[in-house]
Amino acid sequence: MSSDAAVHFHEVTKCYSSSRITSRSMKDVILHLPRHIAALSRKKPAFCALDDVSFEVRRGECFGIIGRNGSGKSTALGLIAGVLRPSRGAVETQGKIAPLLELGAGFHPELSGRDNIVLNGILLGLTRELILKHMAQIIAFSELESFIDQPLRTFSTGMMARLGFSVAAHLNPDILLVDEVLAVGDEAFQEKCLKKMAEFRTAKVTMIFVTHNLKDLERICDRATLLDAGRIVEIGNPQDVVREYRKRLAQP
Amino acid sequence: MADIIRRILDGLVSRQDFASIIATGPEQVVRRSQIIYYRDLIWVLVAKELKLRYKNTVLGYVWSVLNPLVFAMVFFVMFKVIMRLSVENYALFLITGLFPWQWFSNSVTASNNFFLGNSSLIKRVKFPRYFLVLAGVLNDLIHFALSILVIVIFMLVYHKHPSLSWVLLLPFLVVVQFLLTMGIALMVSTCNLFFRDMERLTGILVMIWFYVTPVLFPLNMIPPRFQWTIFANPMGSLVICWRSLFLGVPLSPFHLAQAAAWAALIFVTGFGIYRSLEWRFAEIV
Repeated sequence: MSSDAAVHFHEVTKCYSSSRITSRSMKDVILHLPRHIAALSRKKPAFCALDDVSFEVRRGECFGIIGRNGSGKSTALGLIAGVLRPSRGAVETQGKIAPLLELGAGFHPELSGRDNIVLNGILLGLTRELILKHMAQIIAFSELESFIDQPLRTFSTGMMARLGFSVAAHLNPDILLVDEVLAVGDEAFQEKCLKKMAEFRTAKVTMIFVTHNLKDLERICDRATLLDAGRIVEIGNPQDVVREYRKRLAQP
Repeated sequence: MADIIRRILDGLVSRQDFASIIATGPEQVVRRSQIIYYRDLIWVLVAKELKLRYKNTVLGYVWSVLNPLVFAMVFFVMFKVIMRLSVENYALFLITGLFPWQWFSNSVTASNNFFLGNSSLIKRVKFPRYFLVLAGVLNDLIHFALSILVIVIFMLVYHKHPSLSWVLLLPFLVVVQFLLTMGIALMVSTCNLFFRDMERLTGILVMIWFYVTPVLFPLNMIPPRFQWTIFANPMGSLVICWRSLFLGVPLSPFHLAQAAAWAALIFVTGFGIYRSLEWRFAEIV
């Protein structure tokens, strides 16, 4: 791994074993015992989400990942976040990683917005002290001052996304993983997020950006890759990658 | 409530400790922030559970005492009034076994959901997953601690007093039961990710376990040829220890040692099972 790389994928393959796919009930295992034993002895992975993928994201770079549903984008993010383990190959990362959570993850609907900021912040690696110090800023950024002490279940989806981004924006990470969360906010807030991401970029925060919004991708990212069925089909400047993706989408 | 716990946790990792750790170089600074992270993580998870448990209820924390008491009342009517079991001070006898048992059974039953209920987190964030189990078991421990007050009130009614030996023995038994409960909870919560039948299975097994443990009846009521069940039961000797402590009977070192050995064995096994399967959690939830 070269010294200025933040994320390095070295011939990474990630396969999910068949137990993930087959039903997970004991009845099923017992009724179909022969099949399950056969599956065990075969040791043949049922599905590979990523297949021999290598790339490098340099420090301070904004790197976009696009692809159809099921092309392996989320698996790639999971590997970077360290929650998944590659079946083959190696994933190396350098620095503190902040995954921008999907809607509602790490939030509890019955707790107030304020309690959820603390919960979410600590889960993402902030200390309680730091969260309380930045609480006013986080709330101000989310523009949810008048709702913040209400239980989260009363929040709209857009409001939850705001809260999530506001916490992540104050994490001070080295690597920020953004997975399609901006889509739900209203236009004004999306604009604010994109501005914040531009700020991150000048602050040399590495960003990995998964999105279906090709316009955002072209606007923010320095480089991008197109995944298809677990393989890299195109990597390079975002305009070229987006053009290739559009071309493939147009084909039936 | 949450603040009290925070203070307790603060006490566990005292400021002085930090000072001595920081003093010696960058590697130690990492350790320091690591300790703060773990402390904050456990605090926020326990606080979340505490806040949630009785949210939107009128009686709030009264439930954590009321619930086991009502159970005790039902058993009292059943065994003392109807079946005329001849055990002296049966009400006290009952709750001294029932309350510790309920900590165990509540945690084990709830543990089915410790990982499963946090699937979105497990998929996204890297953090020590066993903290979810730790927080759940600690949460029930806090409620057990509250119910010890009820036991003390009952003791006073029966003209018994807490003795000095509690200072040592009470924390010791808490630790032993904590390890045992953690061990089983780790096994159950991990297995439930792979086999959802675990949830139904624990319901049945915990019920059977309850009746083979001398909670409702004294040890001497077990026929001699079934006395071995106490040795084979990790909760058996522990409940006997709890009861001796609360009833002011000297604790048998034999039962103490047995309870501790079982707890250690089960904790190590549970943690081992969790450890060996942890890396697959994110793909399976």
